[in-house]
Amino acid sequence: MVINSRFFNRSELLGFLALAVLLLLILPLSLDIFRLNLVAKYLTYAFVGIGLVLCWGYGGILSLGQGVFFGLGGYCMAMYLKLEASSVANTKIQSTPGIPDFMDWNQLTSVPLFWKPFHSFPVTLLAILLVPAFFALIIGAAMFKRRVGGVYFAIITQAIAAILTILIVGQQGYTGGINGITDLRTLHGWDIRTDHAKFILYFVEVVLLFGCIVAAQFIRLTKLGRILVAMREQEDRVRFSGYSVANFKIFAFCAAAVFAAIGGAMFTLEVGFMSPSFVGIVPSIEMVIYTAVGGRMSIFGAVWGALLVNFAKTSLSESFPQLWLFGLGALFIAVVLAFPNGLSGIWADHIQPRIDRLLSSRKSKSAAGMIADGAPAE
Amino acid sequence: MSDETKPGLKSPLRRKLLMGMAALPAVSMLGRPAFADVPATSAVNTTGLAVTDSEVTVGILHSVTGTMAISETGSVEAEKLAIEQINAAGGVLGRKIKFIQEDGASDWPTFAEKAKKLLVNDKCAAVMGCWTSASRKAVLPVFEQYNGMLYYPTFYEGLEQSKNVIYTGQEATQQIIAGLDWVNKTKGAKSFYLLGSDYIWPRTSNKIARKHIENHLQGCKVVGEEYFPLGSTQFNSVINKIKLTKPDVIYAIIVGGSNVAFYKQLKAAGIDLSKQTLLTISVTEDEIDGIGGENIAGAYACMKYFQSLDNPNNKAFVPAFKKMWGEKTVIGDVTQAAYLGPWLWKLTVEKAGSFDIDKIAAASPGVEFKGAPEGYVRIHENHHLWSKTRVGRAKADGQYELIYETADLVEPDPFPKGYQ
Repeated sequence: MVINSRFFNRSELLGFLALAVLLLLILPLSLDIFRLNLVAKYLTYAFVGIGLVLCWGYGGILSLGQGVFFGLGGYCMAMYLKLEASSVANTKIQSTPGIPDFMDWNQLTSVPLFWKPFHSFPVTLLAILLVPAFFALIIGAAMFKRRVGGVYFAIITQAIAAILTILIVGQQGYTGGINGITDLRTLHGWDIRTDHAKFILYFVEVVLLFGCIVAAQFIRLTKLGRILVAMREQEDRVRFSGYSVANFKIFAFCAAAVFAAIGGAMFTLEVGFMSPSFVGIVPSIEMVIYTAVGGRMSIFGAVWGALLVNFAKTSLSESFPQLWLFGLGALFIAVVLAFPNGLSGIWADHIQPRIDRLLSSRKSKSAAGMIADGAPAE
Repeated sequence: MSDETKPGLKSPLRRKLLMGMAALPAVSMLGRPAFADVPATSAVNTTGLAVTDSEVTVGILHSVTGTMAISETGSVEAEKLAIEQINAAGGVLGRKIKFIQEDGASDWPTFAEKAKKLLVNDKCAAVMGCWTSASRKAVLPVFEQYNGMLYYPTFYEGLEQSKNVIYTGQEATQQIIAGLDWVNKTKGAKSFYLLGSDYIWPRTSNKIARKHIENHLQGCKVVGEEYFPLGSTQFNSVINKIKLTKPDVIYAIIVGGSNVAFYKQLKAAGIDLSKQTLLTISVTEDEIDGIGGENIAGAYACMKYFQSLDNPNNKAFVPAFKKMWGEKTVIGDVTQAAYLGPWLWKLTVEKAGSFDIDKIAAASPGVEFKGAPEGYVRIHENHHLWSKTRVGRAKADGQYELIYETADLVEPDPFPKGYQ
């Protein structure tokens, strides 16, 4: 309890527990498997959100290209699943059985070299983490070492998202093109399409999400986290103090990329396919919006943001098929205008103080004799 | 947590709205003896679909927002018209059709999510929907896993066949081969320049076209083949190449908004479509609406339906459509194919005597629809339609004038031998 209270302060611990109760107890018990699977889909964006909190909220690096890493993670997983789904028995209708269907449509007769490693599950798991990290390292090194930052960096990440989309769409024989990689069936022989599998995958994902939350919290609380904040506030001063600002930025960017990639891989498993529509500019910006709505300074805020925005998206579009986009747009504008720190800002500014006042008034009553001046300065 | 209560508050409202809409035609039908010989629900619905003694629920799943909305709106309108007409004629097995509409939002994962919702939550007895290949590929595993029935209206690339899908549009060979034979025979065309948007349908179609040109047409050749990203608006370089190579036929499979730029730039470059033969399989009356009739007049299109078709079915269909959706609406090939969906489903259900998906899938082959605006159609063993191929010539008023039609229905062949 002593370690906990240092790792999470009281309100964070409360947030952690509230989220755990909601995700592990309330939702699985109250929702049917279809809705639970939707929640699992929303939560994949929470991974991206956690990365963005680190990189944008704390490090001050706004990336409008997180879809790239989400997509890379998702495609790595999808390639493994597609190879497994493309057994000779499943694809005997093709002119070349045993290769993924879209390759057959594009006159490929064998699996390309860069697909080969994805026959192996351990290699795939490694690739999900390492490919996006490596990619982020290259981008980060190329940009931050040259002191490209701020809005220029945001634009470049957006350009990369556009480039990767065009590449995937253009090379349809190798990537599935605009259709993406569809019709995924089994993971290591385990059918991921059944209700039972969806139920298990949901819990796997929630556990991974809490792992990521703890990891992000750990980064935030170390000296490293404080240097990130210092960099955001006064980059030059940190540099003059002898820190290599570029390396810290690269680290934050890579960490965000890895979180996004885990989300992407889980997305592929939950939804059953991957397509370039998660890689491009629009989804990347949407991911930033989830984080902004939740609150870019709060790890839990990002999770809530991803959950609530996507929930609103689903329920609005189910109720008003033709008008829902306006409703969603109005919601974003309202939140950003009225509450620049997002949902977590609302909580911290309006709700938390009230709870504190309630608690402290009770406490101060009991301790009235000890403290003469009841109102603390801070 | 006010958000938790949202679906509970909103969905009944929506349901009421939908029921209200579905009830409109029903009110006028009250008192008709249509319910006299209604078979028991337990007999016609053994798998728990949304069928009651008086109603059956189907889904409509198209994009009504996003970039595809402009194309898919026509399909939604046609499906609603068909449903209204079926209800007015007594419904399906004595049950009124009620529809639940969902928005795919031009986004493939949203299509998958909504398809799952329609099948799992709403237990729809059939779903009319999808437009792009990508959206169909996204929902196909959902329909196969939850055993739903999809009526898919768009002409598409083929290479697919599913127990859970009825393809009411043409697959690639139906649209391509007869058109190429026609242009070769009547125009004496020997050289072809193939153009397309860069995704699976144009690429597969051009592959079939190339094989047919090179292997089946005497002395013909392809002199160029190029692809452009979806949404591309720069065609000047390829137009210059076309001017240099002077092909007998420009074979264009450019989709969506790109068409506007392509035909305007073609005209601006001085290529006169009354002299240069251009054959397209991707421009329907809907697209001409955006391109402008004067920019494309003279081009040939190979489809199965034109709004101008002169037959009794179409003469009833076009005014009914305009009455429901406005005088200015145009009806393209896909809109007509979408109109077939609810009708074919109704006929199949009545043939099978059941709403069960497995029985419908088994009963589908051989179902005939004599009232189709395009003329008589029949469902093939492979769940595609037997239908005629037609060539029309674009006029400045945005309509096609029928030039040629195949004498017989063309057999659908989604996995064409020798064309892969």
